[in-house]
Amino acid sequence: MTTNEWLPLAVLASSLLPGLLIFALPEDRFRLRTLLNLAGALAKVALVVALVAGVAAGERYGVRFAVLPGVDLAFKVDALGLLFMTLSTALWLLTTLYAIGYLEDAPHRSRFFGFFSLCVTATMGISMAANLFTFFIFYELLTLSTFPLVVHRGTPKAMRGGTIYLAYTLAGGTALLTGIVWLNHLLGHTEFADAGILATLGSEHAGSLKVIFVLLIAGVGVKAALFPLHGWLPQAMVAPAPVSALLHAVAVVKAGAFGIVRIVDEIYGPEFAQSLGLLQPLAVLAAITIVWGSCRALFQDDLKKRLAFSTVSQVSYITLGVAMFGPLGTIGGLVHLVHQGIMKITLFFCAGNYAETLGIHKVSEMNGVGRRMPLTTLAFSIGALGMMGVPLTAGAISKLWLSDGARAAGMEWAVWVLWTSSLLNAAYFLPILWRAWMRPVPVAWPEEHIPARGWRETALLLLLPPLFTAAATVAAGVFPDAAVTPLAWARLIAESEYLMRLAP
Amino acid sequence: MIASTGMIFAVTGAVLFALGVAGVVLIDHLLRRILAFNLMGSGIFLILVGLAQRHDVPDPVPQAMVLTGIVVAVAATALALALVRKLHALSGRLTLPGDGE
Amino acid sequence: MTAALTGLIVVPLAWATLAFLLGPGRGAVPAIVALGIQLGLAVNLAHGVAVEGTLVHPVGGWGAPLGIDLAVDGLSAAMLLLTQAIALPLAVYARAYFKADDPAGRHFWPLAGFLIAGLNALFLAADLFNLYVTLELVGLAAVGLVAAGGGAPQVAAALRYLFATLLGSGAYLLAVALVYGAYGTVSIATLLPLVTAEAPRLVWIAGALAGVGLALKTALFPFHFWLPPAHGSAPAPVSALLSALVVKASFYLILRLWLGPFAPLAAVADWLPATLGAAAIFWGSWQAIRAVKLKRLIAYSTVAQLGYLFLIFPLLAQTGALQAGIMQVFAHGLAKAGMFAAAGVMIKATGQDTVAGLAGVVERLPLTLFAFGLAGMTLMGLPPSSGFLAKWLLIEAALAQGAWVIAIVALAGGLLAAIYVFRVLRQAFLLAPAGGDVAPVPRTLEWTAFALSAASVLLGLRGVELMQLVGGGG
Repeated sequence: MTTNEWLPLAVLASSLLPGLLIFALPEDRFRLRTLLNLAGALAKVALVVALVAGVAAGERYGVRFAVLPGVDLAFKVDALGLLFMTLSTALWLLTTLYAIGYLEDAPHRSRFFGFFSLCVTATMGISMAANLFTFFIFYELLTLSTFPLVVHRGTPKAMRGGTIYLAYTLAGGTALLTGIVWLNHLLGHTEFADAGILATLGSEHAGSLKVIFVLLIAGVGVKAALFPLHGWLPQAMVAPAPVSALLHAVAVVKAGAFGIVRIVDEIYGPEFAQSLGLLQPLAVLAAITIVWGSCRALFQDDLKKRLAFSTVSQVSYITLGVAMFGPLGTIGGLVHLVHQGIMKITLFFCAGNYAETLGIHKVSEMNGVGRRMPLTTLAFSIGALGMMGVPLTAGAISKLWLSDGARAAGMEWAVWVLWTSSLLNAAYFLPILWRAWMRPVPVAWPEEHIPARGWRETALLLLLPPLFTAAATVAAGVFPDAAVTPLAWARLIAESEYLMRLAP
Repeated sequence: MIASTGMIFAVTGAVLFALGVAGVVLIDHLLRRILAFNLMGSGIFLILVGLAQRHDVPDPVPQAMVLTGIVVAVAATALALALVRKLHALSGRLTLPGDGE
Repeated sequence: MTAALTGLIVVPLAWATLAFLLGPGRGAVPAIVALGIQLGLAVNLAHGVAVEGTLVHPVGGWGAPLGIDLAVDGLSAAMLLLTQAIALPLAVYARAYFKADDPAGRHFWPLAGFLIAGLNALFLAADLFNLYVTLELVGLAAVGLVAAGGGAPQVAAALRYLFATLLGSGAYLLAVALVYGAYGTVSIATLLPLVTAEAPRLVWIAGALAGVGLALKTALFPFHFWLPPAHGSAPAPVSALLSALVVKASFYLILRLWLGPFAPLAAVADWLPATLGAAAIFWGSWQAIRAVKLKRLIAYSTVAQLGYLFLIFPLLAQTGALQAGIMQVFAHGLAKAGMFAAAGVMIKATGQDTVAGLAGVVERLPLTLFAFGLAGMTLMGLPPSSGFLAKWLLIEAALAQGAWVIAIVALAGGLLAAIYVFRVLRQAFLLAPAGGDVAPVPRTLEWTAFALSAASVLLGLRGVELMQLVGGGG
């Protein structure tokens, strides 16, 4: 097996093997467990860096295995997949550090980190899938490996959240499978290719292809929390904060959005999808989700639930971008895939910090917390401002490209939707910031678990990850034109999907 | 064409088979069910014997089948009787209990 | 290859007799060693068939019509492989499961040996009457295993099973008699060209009788009444053998007859098995969702999963459907054996057999629960398991022939299976009640359950060779 073949497998192994080993570890071997976790995460970072360098130099990575006659398990590493992989790998490292701090002395850590690693393995598989068959396998594996994380606490409430999560994701998986088998039957294969593979089918299949599109998008739309399939996401907030961070910024929701991008751009192809009239309804659905999610967020007092609905809204920016016919919108959607990940994980890390340090779960309990935990609240503020699209943050870049893309596609109404969403974001984030910074400190916090020590308002492992991602948010906003930003990457991908060169 | 003796065997066999099946399905008492099973078997054997007599020279194949079948039926009956005895010893019943959850 | 053929029948007979002679409860080690040998023979045979094609061997040199022929093709070789592959881990499991003085274990080994000998002979038989004999051998051995060492409920379940199986084989034997009456032969190879669509009415009656009789033995809805009590109350290794292998034997026979001698007649009724199969899926899943006892749940799951096998009948014009059926046989066999094995561990550990009593099992028996989860994955048809491959093949075959309903039923069945599998998993993930006592369980039991379940998943990564074996022959 050549290097180009085993590198993708090594990426999978770098989290699968530590995960399996961690399952077997006794609960008290925390040093060994930490070592395995970090070794796997760092190895994965190294591998991804090597892959990025290779792909930039024009190398092709991939490997195939026959599973059934005519059906292959196939991996490839292309620009789009690498975008997702890099995001996931970097954020996994940070989330692992955060989780180690968060779950100190919590029960069942071996089980937790074992499934954590399986979850990331599944995410890597999704990003490297070269056809829908492989994509589906890892997509369902993601469902299965995240279920134990959602029900980790073992309380009846956790069970309920887990059951709802399963019901939605398994039903979505069924729709996805139906679409995939049907497509495979029509076309003979389901390989991803730049600018799509369906143009070769005759027009007598147009009706079937439209139904298949609905099935496929419904299938991935569950994880992408597209309205009306988003119901599981607020319920899954019952999971511990690192799980919410992982689910909502890195793995599950992004996997759904990534799936939408792959299906629209590399199965149907933007031109073909537009010719079938599929993009406009998708854009409308995305727009509805954006507004609906923001509206629901306004009325949530539970902090994580508010962030959950914010996620519902924000992830649909990606869908909206992809559904805008034209490279500008696609760039906006892709770049937001990365930016939303960084910003949302910041917010979830901070929410976890508030809960772990001071027992704060509700917005109404956050009065004056800026004075007690200034660094965390600073990170939170940056993340919130990014969500609003304030200039000099990552969110502003995304909104800029999305607006341009909307105008270029003749969808001016989408620009209004983006503005409305920004206003709504302000409406539900600014009050939090005002409370945190401006309101007087209460007499006592709900439950102070971690006392402040000098400038260390909480444990270091809880404090540093959100600061890091907040800094990244600002960096992405301030230096968008640098060569190694998500933006440059997104442009590269859009060019290959639309088979054209863009003006620099 | 099956000769007339053969037809008698065949029809009788079929009737016995049907009666036997009905007995196994409908009767409650276990010993009688075992008897019905034997009746069913005998019906099949009669048909086979009838088949063996169709031609001038008796056909050995169905006769061999009947012999084998009798052996199997004896074994099955013995097993059934042993189980019924055990059930009676354990629970005092000679009918099967209605299947509860 | 001939040696492998005869060896697969003679070796289990030998160790069954040896186990009987050694006395009650003994015979585990010879069984395990011999099963290892048998597995090697089955692999050898499969390889030989893949390379050389069908092999026919007349026993004692007397060929058909007077003698007994043994024949092996792709389908038979696959079933033989499955049988030894499941029986070997289950033998290891059973050795650790039955403690020295366990009444259920007293007669397990001879009975299991005869059961396996019968199964192997069934898959190798080439004429209808020999099939009857092997079918009866398998049935009687299975009944014995259910009843052995049990109390009144087990004996009652065994009796119910016995009557059902005797009715089934009786109907089948009558069918054989009628076929002989019509064509003067019972050899399958000879019958193939003789039976046409203009066959006399007797042959149609024979076909119907054989169909009903074998459906009764395969517990196809509505003939499934005997299965839940029998599989639900037997000891775990016995339930595993029964659900994984014994019901598949009569299904194999239905397939053989459908594809072979009765093929011209079958075209008329091919939607009937599919309809009953669909009913089995829904009814079995519904009962599994409602079941209070763990093994009863798994037994009803078998009823439902067997329904999948019957969905392929309208689609058999395409090779993909047969491959889907065989993949499902393998998937269900391995997964169900693993699931019953895992259930046996959990029941032994918690000292009770209800689903509700499994709270907190995830902490005490994580490996076993993982095995149960993997097996459940296969039953649900989730990737990357062999159950997923079976579902994929089935839906593809259904779509290729425009049979939408079958595809929808298969997908719905997967969701229903998810409901009852996750019922158990959710219960196990709940926090354990304080003071719950868990008895220690031998690690061998956990690892064999895990091995079987993992095999069902690993097969999902590489189905090419198996599919070629079945697609080429059969």
